[in-house]
Amino acid sequence: MRSDKEKCMYCGACVGSCPKNAIYLEETRVVFDEERCVKCRICVRVCPVGAISE
Amino acid sequence: MKEINCDVLVVGAGPAGSVTAWYAAKAGANVLLVEKRQEIGSPVRCGEGLSKYWLKDVGIPEDRRWIANEVDGARIFSPSGKVWEINEKDAGNEVGYVIERDQFDKALAELAARAGAEIMLKTWVKGIIKRDGYIRGAVARHMGDDLKINAKIVVGADGYESQVGRWAGIDTSLKPNDIDSCIQYRMTGIDCDRRYCDFYLGSCAPGGYIWVFPKNEDTANVGIGVQLSKLKNPGEVKHYLDRWIDKQPGIRKGKKIDMVAGAVSISQPLEKTVDNGLMLVGDAARMIDPITGGGVSNGCKAAKVCGEVAGEAIAAGDYSAEFLQKYEKGWRALLEEKQYRNWLAKEKLVTLSDKVFDDLLELLSGTKLERLNVLNMLNAVREKYPEIVKEFEDFL
Ligand SMILES: Cc1cc2nc3c(=O)[nH]c(=O)nc-3n(C[C@H](O)[C@H](O)[C@H](O)COP(=O)(O)OP(=O)(O)OC[C@H]3O[C@@H](n4cnc5c(N)ncnc54)[C@H](O)[C@@H]3O)c2cc1C
Ligand code: SF4
Ligand code: SF4
Repeated sequence: MRSDKEKCMYCGACVGSCPKNAIYLEETRVVFDEERCVKCRICVRVCPVGAISE
Repeated sequence: MKEINCDVLVVGAGPAGSVTAWYAAKAGANVLLVEKRQEIGSPVRCGEGLSKYWLKDVGIPEDRRWIANEVDGARIFSPSGKVWEINEKDAGNEVGYVIERDQFDKALAELAARAGAEIMLKTWVKGIIKRDGYIRGAVARHMGDDLKINAKIVVGADGYESQVGRWAGIDTSLKPNDIDSCIQYRMTGIDCDRRYCDFYLGSCAPGGYIWVFPKNEDTANVGIGVQLSKLKNPGEVKHYLDRWIDKQPGIRKGKKIDMVAGAVSISQPLEKTVDNGLMLVGDAARMIDPITGGGVSNGCKAAKVCGEVAGEAIAAGDYSAEFLQKYEKGWRALLEEKQYRNWLAKEKLVTLSDKVFDDLLELLSGTKLERLNVLNMLNAVREKYPEIVKEFEDFL
């Protein structure tokens, strides 16, 4: 998964919603842990601005 | 690696973190409050609607700096435009002020600082230290350097995105039914009535609502929350809000001066919020009201208890989960029953059709409630819609 830097608001909605704790948010950087990710797409759906894609 | 020591490490300087730090410092503990952002309270991630009845209980002085507008009440609109008007006296807990959240958060951090808490900005906690079954601190990045923080108690006040609880092994994960995805614009040059906080229910915001919270006579926070289980496509929640605004001539004509994204939990209370050397508070402990999506008041109320218990634990030299149960019991006594009841009510509300919302609001607009809460509303609709109320009989 990846987050489009030009759209991202750094709001943390994806981080708190990921069932596998596979997303981290530093001050202005969203990081995905591909090893934990199970591709459930919850982050894609919860992101309010549609910044996340596979 | 640089190392520092404290009694109580509070992760996150939102309202819950600052109030915890304030009360723990007041009780004599050596407190460190860390925040990953460079500025407390900014960017704002909130609709800024705040009830006022609880401020005194927590001891927060009302301050013109963070009060943007004082409202008389709330108006709830059904899909076909039926309005239920509630004045503030009846609405009791859910309306009051529209605030400046950035100023509010800073004011709370000042209270913590004045009580003696240390504050570090641009400090991102990236893991916790666990030894002999106890949480004993955290590792962080601060201005490009690694930092080890030794603490007797760690408080996770790190908001919706909370990691502290998960790192400690507490399950804070949420079901798609229990999450609202949110987006909001601050819009200026619109027609709004500064006397009311407005709520729009129905298919305009499936499983949630649209809000218009006025900051002054022509500026308001216009936002939406939609239940995650009702969202399929990327960016859909923004489309819902944009589509709605497009149909409101009085709002469409305005200009956007700010944009906020985020999510709120609309869940049951967590089963566990303490462990050896650890407490969770605020959004991190999923304390948001499942009906309103508001979390500031619940977070602050629990944080007072959290800070007090942290102070007592330090004084007693006992940081065990058993000692910290006092916090668990304390916040549950304040919030749990209402949160559970409102969660049940939310589970029902999200199933209602536009037609039922119209009927319900028609009914409620002709009813005088002594105090606006879910309980009184259920009692009011009981006669005409016994099937809606059936599952709540235990509470009535
Ligand atoms: C769009 C939207 C509208 C809302 N509207 C309202 C409303 O009108 N009224 C209301 O009462 N509530 C509202 N809420 C909910 C409200 O914003 C939250 O309940 C409230 O902010 C919770 O406070 P908190 O202190 O628990 O967490 P937060 O305010 O989220 O604070 C957490 C802090 O922790 C910091 N942090 C996170 N991780 C780390 C880390 N690893 N290291 C260091 N720091 C970290 C964050 O930067 C943040 O400053 C809204 C929420 C959203 C998303
Ligand atoms: S939910 Fe979307 S906007 Fe928010 S931090 Fe994640 S990727 Fe960025
Ligand atoms: S796809 Fe699912 S598991 Fe993977 S990062 Fe997104 S929410 Fe987490």
